Amino acid sequence: MSEIFTKSMARNIYYGGSAFFILLFLALTFDTSIALPKRDHRENITPQVAQGKVVWEVNDCVGCHTLLGEGSYYAPELGNVYKRRGGGAFIKAWIKMMPTNIPGRRKMPQFNLSEEELDALVAFLKWSSEIDTAGWPPNIEG
Amino acid sequence: MQYSSQSVAKPYFIAAIGLFVGQILFGLIMGLQYVVGDFLFPLIPFNVARMVHTNLLIVWLLFGFMGASYYLVPEESEKELHSPRLAIALFWIFLIAGALTIVGYLLVPYARLAELTGDSVLPTMGREFLEQPTITKVGIVIVILGFLYNIGMTILQGRKTVVSIVLLTGLVGLAVFFLFAFYNPENLVLDKYYWWWVVHLWVEGVWELILGAILAFVLIKVTGVDREIIEKWLYVIIAMTLITGILGTGHHYYWIGAPEYWQWWGSIFSALEPMPFFLMVIYAFTMVNKRRREHPNKAATLWALGTAVMAFLGAGVWGFLHTLSPVNYYTHGTQITAAHGHLAFYGAYVMIVLTMISYAMPMLRGRAAANSNKAQVWEMWSFWLMTVSMVFITLFLTAAGVLQVYLQRATENPLPFMVVQDKIALFYWLREIAGVIFLIGLVVYIISFFVGGESKEEAAA
Repeated sequence: MSEIFTKSMARNIYYGGSAFFILLFLALTFDTSIALPKRDHRENITPQVAQGKVVWEVNDCVGCHTLLGEGSYYAPELGNVYKRRGGGAFIKAWIKMMPTNIPGRRKMPQFNLSEEELDALVAFLKWSSEIDTAGWPPNIEG
Repeated sequence: MQYSSQSVAKPYFIAAIGLFVGQILFGLIMGLQYVVGDFLFPLIPFNVARMVHTNLLIVWLLFGFMGASYYLVPEESEKELHSPRLAIALFWIFLIAGALTIVGYLLVPYARLAELTGDSVLPTMGREFLEQPTITKVGIVIVILGFLYNIGMTILQGRKTVVSIVLLTGLVGLAVFFLFAFYNPENLVLDKYYWWWVVHLWVEGVWELILGAILAFVLIKVTGVDREIIEKWLYVIIAMTLITGILGTGHHYYWIGAPEYWQWWGSIFSALEPMPFFLMVIYAFTMVNKRRREHPNKAATLWALGTAVMAFLGAGVWGFLHTLSPVNYYTHGTQITAAHGHLAFYGAYVMIVLTMISYAMPMLRGRAAANSNKAQVWEMWSFWLMTVSMVFITLFLTAAGVLQVYLQRATENPLPFMVVQDKIALFYWLREIAGVIFLIGLVVYIISFFVGGESKEEAAA
């Protein structure tokens, strides 16, 4: 780089640019926080939904599945599974019958969830399927 | 080695390499489980192997960053480390806490681990990359604070250079953003929004400052180019990193419930994110071409150049590939993401740690400026084996991802996830073969440490 562009100019761009974009990011975050309630429908987060999120977490579901596209790519997307499977009955039955006995097929462990935990998980997945995700995923297969 | 306290870096580097081996072994297990679904089931379910694979990566990179800091900071500050004893104590605390966590993942069902560690008091577990029990997270904070105190005191009491200040900024940022790991609201959208403040603002933010500082240090040492020139480049690169990377966070906010305007902010700024990596390539090659000395450690120079090139490809090119929101609409959460993740982490962070180890380890082992020619030849073979096989892992995952996107998302009659996975199994097999070659490269890397011969003194050019 030429002598016209000095180290102190580079330093000023670094400090000034970073500060500016941190502030802009915080401003956008503030605006997002205001916009979110209409998109995430937080009024529907019942204690059961909250319990379902805990069940989701303590069994590390995200270690195989994606939820709104984030997680692991080993097993199907679950953000829209409630809609794909037409409700909670299939989801509960599926979890209960794990692991499948098909040799060589990817295996989901048996988590021995109680009815209460299963219902909570379903409530959480139902709530998740109602988040306004800007039209993602492209189709019902996730 | 100019300061005796730099020697605390050695156990950090050895631990890093040891955990790296573990990471790769579990990667191979997962890779096989992709095609032989019941492999090691129910002994090691896929999610457990994945936790071990990703958590070991994070922990060994942290060991690498800490080791690099302990080596670099005394030399930059022109004084001994504030407390070598604290550094060694923290090493053992971190290693034991890390090992216990991994053993916990492997021996106890995850839900039981959550129960045993009292996750319900402050639930933070079960989120990608942040699977550690809350008490482990607290341990990580304690270790990082002690480390920052040690490094910070050394820097503040000694000579302050751009390299050490940028490194310190990156490390403080690492600590600050990790605190968001403790924020886990009931609302999934908020959870995800701030989860990225740990993950994105680490790897596409403050970690790049750490990378830049380490690379600048090694380039100053191996090329002998005037510090002023290298520091100017460093400022420009990290300026571009933060200017593009902070709002680049938006590329994670397209489909998780955040407002649609993030599709604009995220697409525009993350399209610019390859720029600092491109600059890094030009800078690394320019500095090596303008070198004013012939450093005998050719392997370290190779790793340094390799870091710049592979970081540009993995983080820059493969990131850009799927970062524009209309593209990401189809690729989000597919094997394309996995392809990018592998090459970016290897190219940027694995390689910068191996660069520093390559440069520092001969001196830490009392071998003058560089290993023997023979040892360096082994090390360079490992460079090519690991780097080329990682490129192939990335290409195979990309091919798998393109097919997955087509069959499952971008076609008239989308197929279910598991049906698609069966159809693209060939590419998972090829990926696994490339993974085995990577492991061979890693074995060659370790062998290189045990190859003797006359070590090389530094000679003036």
